Amino acid sequence: MITGFTPLAAIAGGALIGLASVLLMATLGRILGATGILAGVFTPANRSDLDWRLALLAGMMTAPFLWLAFTGALPAIDVPVSRTSMLIGGLLVGIGVTFGSGCTSGHGVCGMARLSPRSIVATVTFMAFTALTVFVMRHIIGG
Amino acid sequence: MARLIITYLIGLIFGVGIVLSGMANPAKVLNFFDFAGTWDPSLLLVMVTALVVTFIGYRLVLGRPAPVFERRFALPTGSQIDRSLVLGSATFGIGWGLSGFCPGGLLPVISTTKTEVLLFTAAMLGGIFLARRARRALASPQPQAA
Repeated sequence: MITGFTPLAAIAGGALIGLASVLLMATLGRILGATGILAGVFTPANRSDLDWRLALLAGMMTAPFLWLAFTGALPAIDVPVSRTSMLIGGLLVGIGVTFGSGCTSGHGVCGMARLSPRSIVATVTFMAFTALTVFVMRHIIGG
Repeated sequence: MARLIITYLIGLIFGVGIVLSGMANPAKVLNFFDFAGTWDPSLLLVMVTALVVTFIGYRLVLGRPAPVFERRFALPTGSQIDRSLVLGSATFGIGWGLSGFCPGGLLPVISTTKTEVLLFTAAMLGGIFLARRARRALASPQPQAA
């Protein structure tokens, strides 16, 4: 499935992701990492720690409806892989981000912006393995 | 209350950014990594822009004595590059390459309740719980042989 190059949406979207990361640091002093925020919901330090995580997640999950209000359609979510791939992929993502202590937002944006050596190693590693996996699935197995 | 409303709005900004950027669309994400096929460079611009904005913003924010609503910044302090970090990140990469979803791309669109999204979410939560149990088991001292 071909998707078109969308430079303006990419730059605007990236800027908003960056802005949200900066604002969370400015207000709560926290890294905006999807993995850490989600995982913390299940083991919050206290009530106040749970509250901000739920508020942040609620804000995130409101976005598709704001999108619907402005564009008349929910955001495009095209899944070009099988449900089995989604299930195995989800399991591996969950295991990987837990052992790796972060994902694209936490390591790839916030950690890289702090020039954290751990985040730089993590980001280079997962980007390389993602590209390798896509190559194997599409050009070796998928052929 | 102001703290929670502002946090909610920050989540909304992040969510709109994710949706607008295409990070919540597996077809677009997977094409970014498909250099040998239907390559779509959009995500490179997403990552670079997000990184530049955060890099500059953090320089301004972290120079302040404290965040607005807390007494101090909660920054990760670990610096060790260990097996857990590298193998975990590699595992995450394989999962991202299979599905096209990373946690940040996923969270805002869970509310669409699209079947594939819910399947991925359930599997990811299962993976998080399994890994946490395994981590605790690995961290606890092994019983000594008599």
